[in-house]
Amino acid sequence: MSETATLKIWRGHDKAAGHWETHEVPFEAGQSVLDGLRWIRVHKDPTLAIRFSCINANACKECMMELDGETVYACTARLEPRAMTLEPLSNKKLVRDLVTEIAPPAERFAAKDR
Amino acid sequence: MRVETDVLVIGSGAAGMYAAIEAARAGCRVFLIDRSLIGRGGATVMAQMTVAVALGAETPDHWSHHYQDTLTAGRGLCDEPLARLLCEAGPACINQLDAWGIGWARKDGHIAQAFAPGHDRPRCVYVDFLNTGPAVSKTLRGVINKTAGISRAGDLCVVDLATSHGEVTGAVAWHVGSGAPVTISAKATIVATGGLTRLYRRNSASANMGGDGYALALRANAPLIDMEFVQFFPIGHLAPRLIGMDPIMWDPFRYKLGGRLLNNKMEEFTDRYGVAEDGKYVITRDVGTYAILKEVEAGRGSPHGGAYLSFQHCSAEALREAFGPVIDRLAANGIDLMKMPIEVAPIAHYHMGGVAADVRMQTEVPGLLVAGEAVGGANGANRLSGNAITEALVFGQRAGITAAERVKAMRASAPADGHATLDLLRQDAPKNPPNTAEMVQSLQATMADDVGPLRTGAKLERALTRIGEFDAALGERPFGGKQAFDLSRLEWLDLRNMLTVARTVTQAALQRTESRGAHQREDFPGMVADWSVNQVVRRKGNRLDIAPARAAEMAAS
Repeated sequence: MSETATLKIWRGHDKAAGHWETHEVPFEAGQSVLDGLRWIRVHKDPTLAIRFSCINANACKECMMELDGETVYACTARLEPRAMTLEPLSNKKLVRDLVTEIAPPAERFAAKDR
Repeated sequence: MRVETDVLVIGSGAAGMYAAIEAARAGCRVFLIDRSLIGRGGATVMAQMTVAVALGAETPDHWSHHYQDTLTAGRGLCDEPLARLLCEAGPACINQLDAWGIGWARKDGHIAQAFAPGHDRPRCVYVDFLNTGPAVSKTLRGVINKTAGISRAGDLCVVDLATSHGEVTGAVAWHVGSGAPVTISAKATIVATGGLTRLYRRNSASANMGGDGYALALRANAPLIDMEFVQFFPIGHLAPRLIGMDPIMWDPFRYKLGGRLLNNKMEEFTDRYGVAEDGKYVITRDVGTYAILKEVEAGRGSPHGGAYLSFQHCSAEALREAFGPVIDRLAANGIDLMKMPIEVAPIAHYHMGGVAADVRMQTEVPGLLVAGEAVGGANGANRLSGNAITEALVFGQRAGITAAERVKAMRASAPADGHATLDLLRQDAPKNPPNTAEMVQSLQATMADDVGPLRTGAKLERALTRIGEFDAALGERPFGGKQAFDLSRLEWLDLRNMLTVARTVTQAALQRTESRGAHQREDFPGMVADWSVNQVVRRKGNRLDIAPARAAEMAAS
């Protein structure tokens, strides 16, 4: 039987009112956690919100999230054939699901300035 | 929400950031936006090494030599004034970045310049190790932080340019971060959104490079040029799978260490396609791509369908000196270059085509300027290694200057009227829409399989049929809701642009019945003299009109 990674993912718009979803992802050596999340969006649920640009170069530094309580880049964290828990950064303002507001204040769109 | 500014810059790669700096220095209020985060998405940050420029630091050089190499690589189709501008103005921009503290690699007290295929001498500056793109991005972002007059906002995805009486007057964006529409009025708008590599399954740029700028410009009635010429980078990483590395990372390895490209019999093969490499890196991107794909087709490909690239002849010391910490990152992925070859295969990398513009970066539509990879024509049918960052800097600088001139000459600006776009965003999603992420993946498969480097009329016709099916599935109403970071809605907006651009590439490729540079028609092999013309794409209602037209040539001196 082929191996799978079990991704337990926090979802929601409000840190006080989120829920957990679990997805089984086919495991192949040399995949990143981001690869697993992108697989879920294509095969299961395109509404899962994640932030990334460069996919696997670790250049954009956008895919920061918490894996088993530790802050990681999803593109350099290895996908493993086990249960892995993914949450948005706890020290940043939540936008949605695994996406947080990580831009410096001067580089955000803020209606009040306009 | 409404915003009003002098200059709107869409895209925060090197071109957009340089344009913003230049316009702000000329006294304009600038609003620099990006659909991703400022200075993080796009292609600039992904650049691994080479930036071509006739500095003459390594060996004597002159911009005219760089220009000649650019024209030769372009297989007779370059827009000559744009190519000349790139080469002639390049050194000043590179020196400006040096003064801003980018840290170009140095040796013996001068800026180091590496040899890259297609150049007649060592000409490419870089930042070690594999750090050119991040360094360019960080440097420009730092200058922007210190330049008065530039407001910045990430997570703002432009849906349409706003037009009024035949001029562009700003744009309507969708704020990904909140789900709110934003109308931006601007006296000048600069599209610096990069290329279209996201249309292809395997690609070397960011996930947000889906050709947005080409579609935005086309809908605003600005013509596109050379859309059939998509550059595939021949030696994109294929196997074994590795994480945390850019797939074009082997380019720097070849610049510094040569390397041998081998088929499954462990024979060098590029000589069969006219270029004997003999351990040196001399094959241009169009020929390299063709050679590898033909070798695979002949049953001599590597296990995953590419070629082997070997550095087994290199010593541990040579590898360590050339790439330092990168060697450790490879080891963490189980790769020891002294013991094994890796597998490489062509990967979508850059778009030679783009929005037609003059040397002031002015398009045919007043108020609309372009910069960087969004500009078509400078590189003809095949781009020379190292010209992309140079063009981003130079064209960005020019666009900023031209925008500031326009702003100063204008008395009042027309407010952006984006009601049609706002109506589009106000609609409710259809029930049970298809999976947008899956649609993107299917479109990428169609483009890679049927509109890749090796083309035939039958494959291109099949792709057009598929694109029509995707259009029907996408419909007229955006999917998703109006909440924050709704990727279904963002991808619906992306697909709307991607399908338009996919159609222009495919249709232009179908019409060009010859093979030239990055466009290889298996049913029409070889260059045809009569096809030494460019193709210009215009929107005529809901139809695309593609007609031959010669890009600008330099007047004989």
